[in-house]
Amino acid sequence: MKIKLTLLAVLLTPALAWAQQVPTGPAPKLEVAPRQVVLSSGTQPGAQTIALRNVGTAPLEIRALRMAPGSEGWQITTPMPAQTLPPGAQLQVRVAFTPDGKRRQSFGGLQIVSNDSTQIDDPHTPEIDYTTGVSLRAGSSWLLSLMVFFPLLGIPFLFMVPRGKEHLTRWVAVAAAAVPMVAAIYLYQHFDPNWGVKNGNSGLQFIEHAVWVRSFNIEFYMGVDGVSVMMVILTALVCLIAVGASWSVPLERSIRGYFTMFLLLETGMMGVFCALDFFLFYVFWEVMLLPMYFLIGIWGGPRKEYAAIKFFLYTLAGSVLMLLALIALYYNSAPTYLVDGTPASHTFDILKMAYANSYANVPPILGMNFARLVWVGLFIGFAIKVPMFPFHTWLPDAHVEAPTAISVILAGVLLKMGTYGMMRINFPILPEATTWASVGVAVFGVINILYGALCAMAQKDLKKLVAYSSVSHMGYCLLGMAAFTGTGMSGAMLQMFNHGTITSMLFMLVGVIYDRAHTRGVDEFGGVAQVMPVYAAFFGLAFMASLGLPGLSGFISEALVFLGAFPVFKVMTILAATGVIITAGYHLWAIQRIQLGPFNPRWESALKGHDMDRREWATLLPLAAIVLVLGFYPTPVLDTIKTGMGDLVNLLAHGQGAASIAGLP
Amino acid sequence: MTGLSNVASLYWFSPESVLTAGILVILVWDLVVRGVSRRTAGLLTLLTLAAMLVATFVTHDPRPRGLFGGLIARDPFSDFFKILFAVTTAIVGIMALRAKDAIDYDDGDREAGEFFALALSVTLGMNLMAASTDLLLAYLSLEFVSIMSYIMSGFTRRSRRSAEASLKYVIYGGVASGVMLYGMSILYGLAGTTDLVKIRLAAQHANPVAVFAAVSFCMAGFGYKIASVPFHMWCPDVYEGAPTPVTAFLSVGPKAAGFALLIRFFAGAMPAEIQTESLMGGAPWALMLACMSAVTMTLGNLAAIPQQNLKRMLAYSSIAHAGYLLMGFATGTAEGRGAVMFYLIAYLLMNLGAFLVVLAIAEAGLGESIDDYKGLGYRSPYHAAVLAIFLISLTGVPPMVGFVGKFYLFAALINKGGSMFIALAVLGVLNSAVSLYYYARVLKAMYLDQPARSEPVLVARQHTLLLAPLAGFTIAFGLYWSPVYNWVVGSLAMWLPQAQAATAQLLR
Repeated sequence: MKIKLTLLAVLLTPALAWAQQVPTGPAPKLEVAPRQVVLSSGTQPGAQTIALRNVGTAPLEIRALRMAPGSEGWQITTPMPAQTLPPGAQLQVRVAFTPDGKRRQSFGGLQIVSNDSTQIDDPHTPEIDYTTGVSLRAGSSWLLSLMVFFPLLGIPFLFMVPRGKEHLTRWVAVAAAAVPMVAAIYLYQHFDPNWGVKNGNSGLQFIEHAVWVRSFNIEFYMGVDGVSVMMVILTALVCLIAVGASWSVPLERSIRGYFTMFLLLETGMMGVFCALDFFLFYVFWEVMLLPMYFLIGIWGGPRKEYAAIKFFLYTLAGSVLMLLALIALYYNSAPTYLVDGTPASHTFDILKMAYANSYANVPPILGMNFARLVWVGLFIGFAIKVPMFPFHTWLPDAHVEAPTAISVILAGVLLKMGTYGMMRINFPILPEATTWASVGVAVFGVINILYGALCAMAQKDLKKLVAYSSVSHMGYCLLGMAAFTGTGMSGAMLQMFNHGTITSMLFMLVGVIYDRAHTRGVDEFGGVAQVMPVYAAFFGLAFMASLGLPGLSGFISEALVFLGAFPVFKVMTILAATGVIITAGYHLWAIQRIQLGPFNPRWESALKGHDMDRREWATLLPLAAIVLVLGFYPTPVLDTIKTGMGDLVNLLAHGQGAASIAGLP
Repeated sequence: MTGLSNVASLYWFSPESVLTAGILVILVWDLVVRGVSRRTAGLLTLLTLAAMLVATFVTHDPRPRGLFGGLIARDPFSDFFKILFAVTTAIVGIMALRAKDAIDYDDGDREAGEFFALALSVTLGMNLMAASTDLLLAYLSLEFVSIMSYIMSGFTRRSRRSAEASLKYVIYGGVASGVMLYGMSILYGLAGTTDLVKIRLAAQHANPVAVFAAVSFCMAGFGYKIASVPFHMWCPDVYEGAPTPVTAFLSVGPKAAGFALLIRFFAGAMPAEIQTESLMGGAPWALMLACMSAVTMTLGNLAAIPQQNLKRMLAYSSIAHAGYLLMGFATGTAEGRGAVMFYLIAYLLMNLGAFLVVLAIAEAGLGESIDDYKGLGYRSPYHAAVLAIFLISLTGVPPMVGFVGKFYLFAALINKGGSMFIALAVLGVLNSAVSLYYYARVLKAMYLDQPARSEPVLVARQHTLLLAPLAGFTIAFGLYWSPVYNWVVGSLAMWLPQAQAATAQLLR
């Protein structure tokens, strides 16, 4: 070893001896501490001192020191003219925050423009270089991070469970999914339903905003508003219930891997609904694919490989188009500021894309209107998830092969990501193109309703029947959204929530009977109600809710969709309404074939005396309660979403640039 | 470009000098002790690379210089590639310590000294390739890399497959470099100089057809090195037949060197934002490169689908990746070049990682066919998991570094704009979706299929240990890559607008 080191030294010495003095001229160097000011409350005044030091070898010129545009409530309290700091000197800047009495959170940035050439924040914008920023934040929140990332914390614990005690992994998963649920209840209670875009903070609450990758202006930006809050709550709820439904996954089939993938999936889905930076949104969107592939592919039914790869390929094909669309939107966004006040040539901020940019006048690409082409690219990505006809064929395969809990997640949450994506991205960012495409969306919505219902009627497999009913029900969301009326939009959002709860019930009920009989043939049963009365009661409730019986939640949302869509699309709404009859038809027919009639003696041993057990009760009861309550009293949901939906409709009605949000230059 | 004098150049040339000294030490040591052990040779290799890195950092200077009268450039761009090559060679060196078809460790470490001396020689050649600003040196360094690679790919002496690989490589290589030399001779005839910058200036006024023909001929040599269509035919056979560490080396090192040379050749040593269309006499280079890129990635991906042998599949996948990289290069912007360089880092991590798993599993007694990977997820969860990470990263799914790399490539295309580049970007993303299909076949075999046997797979410890940082960085750079990207931008600074004026001043 010694010889080798000596050898190295011998080799290097002549090289070093040659060392010419590289003339590196004296340069100023700015050091800022702290780079981040965090005040715990956004309703109390506060102040903090920031030190600027010249740690370089040349005089540092502080050319300007100012608050970034939109730093509401923040100000510099020490007067700061342009000045020069000799090397080693220090300067104290005091920033103070005065609450405006309205917002609970306030974000701002202190901009420091100097002659320190190392402070180039955005390599693509040399014209606004040498500026650095200090992030100012009053009233921090970590609730959404907790909801998004807590499931990940459960993963190491899964692997700490000793061998032979694998049943404990289920309880680890319950704990990991229960915390987001508790947080969701807290979120619901503390969500201010009247907080809109006009109030500030882009209409958001529970905001977390920080710079993630400065060189590409990517931010870690999460928050909820009326568009996303119910979806976040739905995700937490459905995931917790799906953990309960995962009891039927055999312990010996690598249960740790199963729950690892499950919790990863929950993080991805929750992240999609919370993310407000388009890049972050995309990352969460894609993160979710892989766990889903494995969950269907490893723990699925007989044709699991086919179903898993079909799901993966379909969704990836859609999302890569979304990737191009997001890059195109990024490069055509106007210069703005990152949250800490540093200038940025472009932005991924979805809200800024929506309110501070107009894509209507961007020059055409590929000979087509830019906004419309991008709109279509995004729309295909989301439509595959919905799934909208003709991109729906992955859904029946995935549903049939997936284990019960995963079907619940697929139908309960995953499909909503498609319609949510349209509401969050397509509609506000490209309102003109949305108006242009609205008829198309409505037409596809009606096709989904009718085609899905007809397909469902033809199914022999109960799970496939429920899967096609999802295709049909998601059509209502599309129709309601396309109308751009407050009623239609709220109806679509309510339908998303209601469908999430109702279909989760349906898939769990399918799972209950499949676990006992190991078949799902609609025609193979009969008279199940005689031996499993409790099951029959839940089954009846869920199917009635799904067909839209007044008094249950599905009816309200479908009615709202029709009410909202009728003034705009008369013929199509009438056509869609005929779908209700087909829907009623296949639901009732399924109930009749399974629950009524003479009991099929083939299931004597499998079903008799094996009515629902306590775990199945526990998973179905909360959903049933929600379905019942929202059927009579949908106000809790409608109130929560009304401001968000109102802002969205407003934006669509007035086009871009009409509305402006606080916090923008 | 008028460069520094020979004596003054030596200081800036010290990384290469150190490397040369290291090669000589290993060769002499091998002769003196009559067969150096693979551990000693490996250690010496790593030390040499470390010394080279130290020399690179010590002599690093952001301002570009021309060495030896303008034969070689010493600038952040070449330093970037020096570091990239050193890391690649180090990883491959550690791989080769436990690779029976590279160094036969059951047979007294036969030829260990030669193997490492060759690997270091390739590194030296690649360093020169990335730095050459003169046709002559470009040709010499490219040939140097090629000849060393021929020997390395035929290193398993008793294997017919390896011999076949080497021979195919030699024949294709000979043809490609002959054609390239012909192109270079035309360029010399047109410009009367071998200096790239002067050629660029002369070509503005030369007969465009002659320039187009000459550069197209030169592309044969570059295309051969980066394995792009239509010069890719050697690639699957050589990758399959060569010892796995060599395959891993060839798939990353010379490809990166080829791109470095390509960038130098097209951008010249000129510190200016180059519009590819207006290059060298106004021929439609962007169109030509875009077509090459489109065909390369599509053919690579489609041909990878039916492959049964994992090494062969990765060979086609590496052709596809050459296509993605060409896509970024075709834009001709500094941003596109930055994307190419970032992607090369990502590609280094994920591709070396994937080959390392293939090697580790083959050394443990399983085969290289996808069927041999059935149930690997249950027999060797760690290795299956890291291979899954590498493959997902190769597909370009977040949160892996491969996604970030692709993101920058597509961003460069879309920022450049124009129907051609947007169409190319659409083709590129569709290709990534296609590539998922064959990568997922491996995932399926590992996790969805049940193992034929259930006993665990015993893998050499150094392989297992080396996989951890590769997989770790693949994920870590996928979550936070600012430092990496800043490094890339810094290495490209001389081609960025704000640096133009200053650099032009310096070179004049």
